[in-house]
Amino acid sequence: MRIRTMLAGLAAGLSLMAVTAAQAVEIQYWQYVFETRVNAMDQLIKNFEAANPDITVKQVTFPYADYQTKVIASQAAGQGPDVLQFFYGWLDQFQKGGVLQPLDPAVFPSDKIESEFFPIVTAVKRGDSYYGLPTAVRSLALFYNKKLLDEAGVKPPQTLDELVDVATKTTKTDGGGNITSEGITLDFAGQDHQWWREVLVRQFGGVPYDADGNVAYNDEAGLKALEFYTGLQTDKKVGLAGFMDEGQAAFKAGLAAMTIDGTFRLGAFKPITDFEWGVVELPANADGLRSNYASYFANGIGAGATGEKKAAAEKFLAYITSDEAMKVWLDVVGELPARRAAALTDANLADPIYAPFLKGLDYAKTTQFLDEAGQRQTAIDMVNRVFLEGQSPKDSLAQAASAEQAIIDAAKAK
Amino acid sequence: MAASAQSTSAGATRKGRSGFRLTLHGRKVLWAWTFLALPIVFYCWIRFYPTLSAFWMSFTDWDLLRPANFVGLANYQKLFADPNFWKVFRNTFTYLIIGTPVSLVLSFVIAFYLDRVRFMHGFIRALYFLPFLTTAAAMAWVWRWFYQPIPIGVFNDVLASLGLPAQPFLRSTTQALPSILVTGIWAGLGFQIIIFMAGLRAIPSTYYEAARVDGLGEWAILTRITLPLLKPTTVFLVVFSSIGFLRIFDQVYNMTTNDPGGPLNSTKPLVLMIYQTAFSSFQMGYAAAQTVVLFTILLAVSLLQLWIMRKR
Amino acid sequence: MSTQATELRLNASRIRPGLIITWTLLFIGGLIMVTPLLYMFSTSLKSAGQVYDLRLIPAAPTFDNYIKVLSDGRFARWFFNSALVAITVTLSNVFFDSLVGYTLAKFQFRGRQLVFIAILSTLMIPTEMLVIPWYLMSSQLGWLDSYWGIMFPGMMTAFGTFLMKQFFEGVPDDFLEAARVDGLNEFTIWWKVAMPLVTPAISALAIFTFLGNWTAFFWPLIVTTSRELYTLPVGLSSFAVEQSIQWEMIMTGAALATIPTLLVFLFFQRYIVRGVMLAGLKG
Repeated sequence: MRIRTMLAGLAAGLSLMAVTAAQAVEIQYWQYVFETRVNAMDQLIKNFEAANPDITVKQVTFPYADYQTKVIASQAAGQGPDVLQFFYGWLDQFQKGGVLQPLDPAVFPSDKIESEFFPIVTAVKRGDSYYGLPTAVRSLALFYNKKLLDEAGVKPPQTLDELVDVATKTTKTDGGGNITSEGITLDFAGQDHQWWREVLVRQFGGVPYDADGNVAYNDEAGLKALEFYTGLQTDKKVGLAGFMDEGQAAFKAGLAAMTIDGTFRLGAFKPITDFEWGVVELPANADGLRSNYASYFANGIGAGATGEKKAAAEKFLAYITSDEAMKVWLDVVGELPARRAAALTDANLADPIYAPFLKGLDYAKTTQFLDEAGQRQTAIDMVNRVFLEGQSPKDSLAQAASAEQAIIDAAKAK
Repeated sequence: MAASAQSTSAGATRKGRSGFRLTLHGRKVLWAWTFLALPIVFYCWIRFYPTLSAFWMSFTDWDLLRPANFVGLANYQKLFADPNFWKVFRNTFTYLIIGTPVSLVLSFVIAFYLDRVRFMHGFIRALYFLPFLTTAAAMAWVWRWFYQPIPIGVFNDVLASLGLPAQPFLRSTTQALPSILVTGIWAGLGFQIIIFMAGLRAIPSTYYEAARVDGLGEWAILTRITLPLLKPTTVFLVVFSSIGFLRIFDQVYNMTTNDPGGPLNSTKPLVLMIYQTAFSSFQMGYAAAQTVVLFTILLAVSLLQLWIMRKR
Repeated sequence: MSTQATELRLNASRIRPGLIITWTLLFIGGLIMVTPLLYMFSTSLKSAGQVYDLRLIPAAPTFDNYIKVLSDGRFARWFFNSALVAITVTLSNVFFDSLVGYTLAKFQFRGRQLVFIAILSTLMIPTEMLVIPWYLMSSQLGWLDSYWGIMFPGMMTAFGTFLMKQFFEGVPDDFLEAARVDGLNEFTIWWKVAMPLVTPAISALAIFTFLGNWTAFFWPLIVTTSRELYTLPVGLSSFAVEQSIQWEMIMTGAALATIPTLLVFLFFQRYIVRGVMLAGLKG
């Protein structure tokens, strides 16, 4: 008898669980693996689920290199995510793969978006519809190691010439001429290729791409920019590509006086305790021209989300692009809020760390990538040919230009 | 005993009931096919069907974005016209041509002498075998750390203390591939040593005794008796390790994460190219063509080696 | 005992100086072989600042790295995943490969040769070629990012089947006939009579299968998506990249991935070596 009552109770309990489980909608959020961003998202999910007990969110992450493929493959199999993050430059590919659905203008009105977010958000607009909204935007700045600069008696550089000067004075070598602490990190696979493309090329008088999106850096300006960059290693010997494996690793270890990186690196640099570090705007050229590169990852709604899931996805998207979420993101990752009001607060503008990035956003350019991975690789190879194979910057530049143009043509042809 | 009584009576009943006579042999055949049923389904579904699928895909232009179109040999034409492919092809064969002989010679020499040593034999053997048990991905990171430039790379530090110039290792288009290859050779040595030792022990001592009675020197014994008798072992190891080197992936992937395939594609083997084509560029048809090429290479190399070594 | 060693013992009990040199060289060679492992462990015990001190013995050894790495439970999860996958696949192989090998060795029926050759031919098909169809198949069937997705390709292997067939051929038919006379059915005969007679082969198969699946990287990398499901090698790789090149942490991760296999080796060394030898001889 007792067993029977127990069983009955168990059955009742199970059915109750089934009922409540049926009411909870589960949606999936996908992004690529980047420790601080994953942590930030975990926090946001926790907040969201607490405020919306009938929705659960599962975060799924992939290595960066596979991300696009896995998203597209899953969509092709009908198992795409409900909300997903994508680099603004991937939108064309994702659209072709039928991965995203346009945001419902009733829930996300365009004029509201345009008035509240930074103007670069229009890069994810196609026609009249937005395909995503960013939580955060990022720009570049120059990080510097206060201890190393003080030791050498120099101040953070404001111009390119000062940059070379500071780097020269802070470089340390051992008896054999090997660098034991570099003046500036050289890591084209990091953010240096963005620095070269949208900043250096412009500062030497050119543009990276013309109005139609074709390669335009294979000229005097592009060459000077490349020679400036590669000269840092070959000529001035103030940096070494591959030193400590990655630029940010060298900086974190206190073995690099300066490094150029994006806001997303703030979260990773926060735990540094061995030395104090600061941030300045990217150096201007001799005429005072400054430039910057801004980019962002947007969050969009998967094409397969319908009905309940779509409603839940929209709620989630609205939350992760809210002021509150942006504040969390800023704290944990260090990326700047995508909403103007949240970013340009007095506190932020006065903050010595955020201010240079925010100022950079004002005059930043955003490259319209058609195949971000491929275009990035041509840039990396260009520098590698100069460093590792001794090719002249002129020849390497020309080779890279034609390789990248081929990629652009192929992407446009599709 | 009760069980057997039951089963014989059950057997008798079965025979009587079933109508058609199942002979003893027939019943065994039924059992055989029953045992094989699930495995056959498995192999067909997991091995044969995907193989056909891969071949078929290689003749299409499928890239996940649009439905697949049959394009005949277009993928192969594109592949053979791509200079990157030939670079990858050369890399893959370099891994093989350097890796297999070096590791086999090393492992044979070590096995030969280790077999003669009795004192702490087990301990020393364990030292050589341990690397084989490690995960390639984990050890790739350890070796990657060794190859770092000054001040954190062990090798460069040793070189510097000896007054020799620091080497770029993984940051050089010429040194990167051998550097990664060393990791693979290091990991596989233990296995090869053990196999060689097993082969050596299988040679009866009478052969050696007879040879010594005949007055043959050590070198002659080695070349005329030991090595020929080790041929099956050697053949096995040659084919096995060749296939391993042709398919190298784990080490390359982990040692070149920030620029996969090494500086300027100097370390990229075919499997990494396949992985990138399929999962970074999602060109499934093109990637499938590359896998067919890999299959052909593996088949050709294995058959060639078997044929060469059979002749002698 | 080794034939040559016995030979030497018989020949002369004097220790030739050549032998001492040989032993020394071998010993040093062995130490060189394990140096990477030693450095791995040594670095895992160093703090970030000490990584650049390249002595083998850390000046101030600390377990902090291990505590940090283990504290968020990721490694324990990955360890569990690897163990689950490796054990399941091993058991499946031991069962099915033996069953098929036995059937092919001990039964006469039409089509036997065909089945054997068909299975053997799958050895020629590299997994790299099958990975793309497997991925698409898994994607459509919802096997992506699941334990089954990681395990299914390896549940039976031609190599294991071949190995077991070789060994079963050495089992005398009389034993099996006697069992048949006793009225046991074929399955019981295989399980209770034939299998116990080939335990060395079973242990060799188990060891190889376990090791192969424990260290597998390529397919798990492709089929898993969520971090909770990574196997140890894939998890370690993503951990290393995530760590933005903090070498002492990466070495700790690598050490954690390696310690289990080392321990298993310590306990089962004799079986493992014997298993490898058996496989090589019959292969």
